[in-house]
Formats: sequence, structure tokens, C-alpha cells
Amino acid sequence: MNILSIDTSNQTMGIAIVKDGQLAGEYITNVKKNHSVRLMPAIDQLMRDTETSPEDLKKIVVAKGPGSFTGIRIGLSTAKTMAWALKIPVVAVSSLEAVAYQGSFFDQLICPFFDARRGLVYTGVYRWNASGELEHIEEEKNIMLTELLDKLAQQKSSVLFLSQDIELHRDVITQTMGDKAIIPESSHHVPRPSLLAQVGADKDADELHTLTPNYLRLAEAEANWLKQQQGKD
Amino acid sequence: MGEIMKKDQFILGIETSCDETAMAIVKNGVEVVANVVASQIESHKRFGGVVPEIASRHHVEQITIVLEETFEKANMSVEDMDAIAVTEGPGLVGALLIGVNSAKALAFAKNKPLVGVHHIAGHIYANRLNKEFSFPLLALVVSGGHTELIVMREHGSFEIIGETRDDAAGEAYDKVARTLQLPYPGGPHIDRLAKVGEANIDFPRAWLEDDSYDFSFSGLKSAVINTLHNAEQRGVTLKKEDVAASFQASVVEVLTAKTYKAAKEYGVKQVIVAGGVAANQGLRNELQLKFNDEIELLIPPLDLCTDNAAMIAAAGSIAYDQGHRAGWDLNANPSLDLEKYSLRGTL
Ligand SMILES: [Zn+2]
Repeated sequence: MNILSIDTSNQTMGIAIVKDGQLAGEYITNVKKNHSVRLMPAIDQLMRDTETSPEDLKKIVVAKGPGSFTGIRIGLSTAKTMAWALKIPVVAVSSLEAVAYQGSFFDQLICPFFDARRGLVYTGVYRWNASGELEHIEEEKNIMLTELLDKLAQQKSSVLFLSQDIELHRDVITQTMGDKAIIPESSHHVPRPSLLAQVGADKDADELHTLTPNYLRLAEAEANWLKQQQGKD
Repeated sequence: MGEIMKKDQFILGIETSCDETAMAIVKNGVEVVANVVASQIESHKRFGGVVPEIASRHHVEQITIVLEETFEKANMSVEDMDAIAVTEGPGLVGALLIGVNSAKALAFAKNKPLVGVHHIAGHIYANRLNKEFSFPLLALVVSGGHTELIVMREHGSFEIIGETRDDAAGEAYDKVARTLQLPYPGGPHIDRLAKVGEANIDFPRAWLEDDSYDFSFSGLKSAVINTLHNAEQRGVTLKKEDVAASFQASVVEVLTAKTYKAAKEYGVKQVIVAGGVAANQGLRNELQLKFNDEIELLIPPLDLCTDNAAMIAAAGSIAYDQGHRAGWDLNANPSLDLEKYSLRGTL
């Protein structure tokens, strides 16, 4: 089975083609550049290099966020439309969960996060269970990092932190968590589209038309409007 | 000697520049086969205007639903298309991006040519779905974001001879409507009130320099707002209908007079009215009166005045014939220039 995976949800832009469980090709950039301009040329190039035609694809796996609202939508509108045109299933995977897979060999808590400004992060907590499945320990949320760290510091387990934005928060993590915080070298933090494809390979397809991004946050206008409505009561 | 049968051309148009997710299939650039518009107006009403982030969220939710509905209505498949045409700008960047990326994905998956379309070129070409163009022609484009006079000497060529220096006509309508506490979007409400009101308040007409085809509506907008405030302070209540009628009289008079003058000067064979404000009954009537069979006047039916994708497919058909092709690096361009865009066909 040939799978195309797409991740444009954060700064890293990644695509991979996996054929019958084998990685055929992977393309990753980690630069602040426009995903909209570069995504389709990259897909085109990778498909040529791996001698894959669109009709050869049997599944599309896409990272559905959290992350940049615009970035997630670029990935989702591309993936949904391609899946629709090729009449193949689309599987959307949480961008946090995809990163958590990079801690595959770590048997304690795994905490991937993306910076969401003003001390906030998009984050969740995971652990590999005895039967080799990735379990959610803490639901994915948009919260203050310090709030999460206070909670994690009370646990006995070590926590593996995985984030492209790790340097923004390294100090507060190590101050709060001490030795229990495990922070790997920089390349381990980069989301891997090949892992995304692997995660999506085993998941059931999403319903194409109703598939929406995993924003974890209301649009600002919406949040303000809701606040106003509550004020009226 | 039989004539060689020319194969019919089918273009899929995709439009997501503002708050409508729209797709359409147009045959030979002139015939609508299917035209689907998913409007978000209800979602934006409570905010009193289009919220870009919310518009973008809706587009990504609607995109494949609208695709499917369009092809079902046409009883066709992507294979039958000659090209995919998409609005690349101007508009809200986040909203445009959904259409652009979706169009690229579709064209790539089905190995179809991709054509980028300028939104205003689309509004103008909405008229060609009604009647063939004869050149030179003059287009008056009036919408929430635009007020322009454009001369076309041939297909795909656009020369802007006049444009607004501040607010677009539609923008002035929306702001005055808000001041009158009319629901969003305000344009149609003003038009409706103006019909029953009396234009008995003398609002300014901004003619600018004698030889200018430019427009300015911010002075008029301020005059309306000031008049309302002054009346309020004096404890006088002005009839909303009269304010609407007087405001509309000013807008319509300037638009009509400048369009007429330009039409004469450029010796055009047709005058085209395009954009959302072309749905305005007051404007339609006045233009009809003024041109009165002297010069042919084309105004699209109401559903082709507002944003739709049939107009994008219609403009895309010409661009496709003229050899415009977009690459996989096509991007959304929120401030795409019409004259530069029109040069692409000749490069
Ligand atoms: Zn428009």
C-alpha cells in the first residue's frame, strides 16, 4: 500500500511516501518559509523521485494540528482535495501525537508541545502501554506550560519533552522538573513525516467531508463574542 | 468540406476570496453548467462583518462538499475538465489559500492544467455568461472592496482608468448602514429603504478633478454620519428612508456620471457593470436611464453579481485560451494587481 503523508502544521514542512511499510522518500525543511508555495512542488518532486504517480496512492495521512491555523489548513485542504479526487481514504493525525511517536523507545511519560505564545503551549501527555499502544495520559489542550509542568513535577516518572520550540522553554522546564526532564538533541524534536505515515497506516479513515483541523483554540472573534454573551446573562 | 468539429471546453472555477466557498463548471467560457455557492453570511452576521479567521475555517470545512455537489450537478467528473481555474487574488489571504491549495491538489491529482484568475477579471467576465463582449468596452466594478472603471480593448486586457482613492462604494454602504443600525450586510437594506425614501438631504458629491475618473466616498460617508449625529443632538429624528435615499442618490449620481463620461471618451461599444453593488436596484435603474439604448449596457443577473465561481471559470477560460498557466508554486496574492495580471497573457 502506498501512502503519502503531509505535515504543514508547524514550521517544519514534511512529506513522505511509504510503500508497503517501507519508506520510499521523505522531504523535510525546517525554515520559516511559505508552505503554500512549496508544498505542491515538493510533493511533485518526491513523487517523481520515488516513481509514484497520483493513481498509485492508496491513502493520504495528514497532520491536522494543533499548530499554525493557516499551516494546518494548507495541509488539510490539499489532503482532503487529493483524497477526494483520487477516491482514496484520508487519515488525519494529531500533530502532537505524531511527534509523540518520536519517543517510541521511551517507557515513561512523553510530552510533545508547540509554542502558542504568551506562555501558552499546545500540548498533551502520552505513554506507551504494555501492549505497545500510545496512550493519552493528558488530553491535548492549549494551556499555560507552567500549569502543566506543576502537574508533571508531582509525578514520579521522568518526562521526555519533544518540541521544536524547546529552547524557548528549556529553562522553566528544567527549573520545575529537575532531573525528571529528559530533553534530547535538537534533531529528535523535528516532526518526521515518515512517522506520521506510519501512525496513519494503522488508523481508520476519517469521514472526508466532515474532517476539520484540530485547532485546540477558538477563533479570537468567536472567543470574544462568547465572552460578551456570558457578560449579558 | 465539413467544418472541423471544435471540441467543447470545460473549466472548473474555484473561488474562496472572501466569505463564499464557490465552485462552478463553465462550458466554452459562456455557458454555466453548474454553479454552487456555499455562503457563510449567517456565521459572520453576529460579528457585523466578515471575520477572516472564521471565513478560512468555513472554507476548509466546505471545500470537498462543494466540489462534490458541483460535479454531481453537472453530472461530470474532473476527467472532463480542460483546466482548473482558481481565484489567486485579491482577497483575504487565509481564505484565498484554501481555494488555491485545493485547486493545486485537484490539478495535480488529475494531471490538469492550472490557471490563476484575478477576482475582478472574474466579476467582469460574469457578464460574458449573458452576452458576448464587443470591444472596446468599459467596466464599472463596484463591490465591498472595489470601485473601478476599467477599459478592455480585447479579451484578457484590463486598463484601469479610475479607482477609489479611499473607501469602496460597497464599504461606504456598509458603514452608513451600520450607522443607521441596519443589519449586516447593509447594502441591500439601504437600497430597499432608498426606494421608499425621499432624497431630500443634500449630501456632497465628490467629483474630484475635472478630468479624473477616480472616486472618493469617505467624505460622503462622514457627511452622512455627521448629519445623523447633529440631528440627534438637536433632538431631531431623520427618517432612515430619507437618509438612505439621499446617500444612495449621491453614490449613484457620481458612479453614473463618471461611467457615462468615460464611455463617451473611450468610444466603447458596451458598458458592463460588475461586482456586488451591481445588484443595487437604484444603480441599475439610473444607469439604464442614462445609457438608454445609446450604448449597450450589460448588468449580470443578481446571482452572478455577488461572488461566485462561474465568473472565475469564465475568466479562466480566456486566460487558458491565451496560454496562462500556473505552476505548483501558485500562491494566494491578497493584493494582486489587475493590470500586471492582464499582461501575463501577452508575455
Ligand atoms: Zn467580489
